[in-house]
Amino acid sequence: MAIWLTKDSKVIVQGMTGSEGSKHTRRMLKAGTNIVGGVNPRKAGTSVDFDGTSVPVFGSVQDAMKETGADVTVIFVPPAFTKDAAIEAIDAGIALAVIITEGVPVHDTAVLWAHAVATGNKTRIVGPNCPGIASPGASNAGIIPADIAGPGRIGLVSKSGTLTYQMMYELRDIGFSTCVGIGGDPIIGTTHIDALAAFQDDPETDAIVMIGEIGGDAEERAAEFIKANVTKPVVGYIAGFTAPPGKTMGHAGAIISGSSGTAEAKKVALEAAGVKVGKTPSETARLMREVMSGN
Amino acid sequence: MDLYEYQGRDVFEKHGLPVLAGGMAETPEEARAIAERVGRVVVKAQVKVGGRGKAGGIQLADTPDEAFAKASQVLGMDIKGHTVHKVMLAETADIAEEYYFSYLLDRANRTFLCIASVAGGMEIEQVAEESPEKVAKVAIDAVKGVDEAKAREIVAAAGFPAEVKDQVVDIAVKLWKTFVAEDATLVEVNPLAKTADGRVLCLDAKVTLDENAGFRHPDHEALEDKSAVDPLEQAAKAKDLNYVKLDGEVGIIGNGAGLVMSTLDVVAYAGEAYNNVKPANFLDIGGGASAEVMANGLEIVLSDPAVKSVFVNVFGGITACDAVANGIISAFALLESKGETVNKPLVVRLDGNNAEAGRAILDGANNPLVERVDTMDGAAKRAAELAAAGA
Repeated sequence: MAIWLTKDSKVIVQGMTGSEGSKHTRRMLKAGTNIVGGVNPRKAGTSVDFDGTSVPVFGSVQDAMKETGADVTVIFVPPAFTKDAAIEAIDAGIALAVIITEGVPVHDTAVLWAHAVATGNKTRIVGPNCPGIASPGASNAGIIPADIAGPGRIGLVSKSGTLTYQMMYELRDIGFSTCVGIGGDPIIGTTHIDALAAFQDDPETDAIVMIGEIGGDAEERAAEFIKANVTKPVVGYIAGFTAPPGKTMGHAGAIISGSSGTAEAKKVALEAAGVKVGKTPSETARLMREVMSGN
Repeated sequence: MDLYEYQGRDVFEKHGLPVLAGGMAETPEEARAIAERVGRVVVKAQVKVGGRGKAGGIQLADTPDEAFAKASQVLGMDIKGHTVHKVMLAETADIAEEYYFSYLLDRANRTFLCIASVAGGMEIEQVAEESPEKVAKVAIDAVKGVDEAKAREIVAAAGFPAEVKDQVVDIAVKLWKTFVAEDATLVEVNPLAKTADGRVLCLDAKVTLDENAGFRHPDHEALEDKSAVDPLEQAAKAKDLNYVKLDGEVGIIGNGAGLVMSTLDVVAYAGEAYNNVKPANFLDIGGGASAEVMANGLEIVLSDPAVKSVFVNVFGGITACDAVANGIISAFALLESKGETVNKPLVVRLDGNNAEAGRAILDGANNPLVERVDTMDGAAKRAAELAAAGA
């Protein structure tokens, strides 16, 4: 089954004709994603050839949905245009919008999120500044390399792209139902909690690995949610124990402000909720291995 | 990016908020000149850390000569590890009451928040702890923003006295405009003061700007205090590298912010067994690790005299490891062609996309300074060991 993205998902790409967009459209097609179109108002009516697969370009998300029945969009447009692209997708009522773009101003993300809420939350937003979603063997919406791990019964949710890859690699022999990269910005659409809730309800997911990092209190809130709602085993990893306060560590949201947002506080909260937290990615993988072999 | 108070004051003034006359001085002479223009002044140390008042960083000066003397005293002062290079001089005000007002990012609720209180002048966290009923928190819809009606809601929630309500409403609306127009993630006025003659003024200005929005604010770059930034961080920024200087001995280069943060932790754990060596920096070379980016990264990390060994930790996702390996090899050549001697050992761990090919390239290059270790934990341990041996 997987969550949010399945083999039946029909995917369009906003920004498909740009350099990043076309590079990753080719990769997504190769991974088996059912890409049904791209969006670019200036190139509507044309099509783009990807190694023999012709993908039509539509003038708007609405047109693309009407013509193809698309229910997922992956957004690769530059930061200055991301807010408008996402709002277009929300207004078209698409079920899932994955925003890959890094460097989106936080005021823009706040506005697009407020717009999504005001219009009834019809669109699940993932990102921005995220690697996207991969349901191995079924579909891939974003930039997560498709060949790291195959299908299996672990669900993964992570703030970080490369740590997602690292964890998928460590557990590649067990495999994943769905891997969700939620992104490292201060405001993001889908949170750890949303993914935890979906994995809890997914009959094809047996256990969940949750990767967090310094900044904000999303992990602490996820811990409370786990305590109250998640019965499946959860293994956690937090990056940034040695990060100094007041410094942004690569991701715009990865900053310890005063005494809040530390890795230690997140670890303590997760452990109090019964989550086993690994000190390193390899130890985290080992803890998950123990969980899976105990099943 | 956090602004200094004097920069925040200028931003406030630009957006029509009531601030006091004043200016910034880097020398006692400049301070005297401002005092000659303004009159009786407060001399305030410009540091990006709280608690300067208690540390003696805020002084009154009645005359220009006194302003000179007080500025001489405050300039060069150390406040919690921050040396004072600048002072702000501001007109004095006869304060009757002190309030608090701010807009900030509310990560948990994915929106913005207004915090307002009639108990200002001290840390708002302290007020919130001692008398939470005096702190109003009002969520702001990012699309609707703060209009007069919303401002009246905030003013009522915080319980501002009737005689200042209209002035605070006006300030609340203008401050919101400032927050949005400048792409700020924090605007804080503490104190927002009522003077004896009944005016409401912004007596302090704390502003944090969103660097992601730099593309629509070409003027923001000039606000950055380049002199306060670590020279290595400055050099890295000029090369578009995401680098943070830390105080250890193991140089770190990796791809992706999360993996690099994780690498710092793993190295610090490994270092516990080797004289407590620690990571010397955070450096994320991002997705496309070309030879040039790798060379730039290595150049910065190797130029840090504290670095005794370097750990290159790459998980090839989109980046292919053979490209990274070629990048490392040609980085050596590039640095040597610039006349730089590379003599610090490199531990390289490559995994993921084309890892085998990448490892073969490293082996084939047969560079005695480059050591290949194929697990993250093992490589971290080796890098820590080499750093301890080289220290």
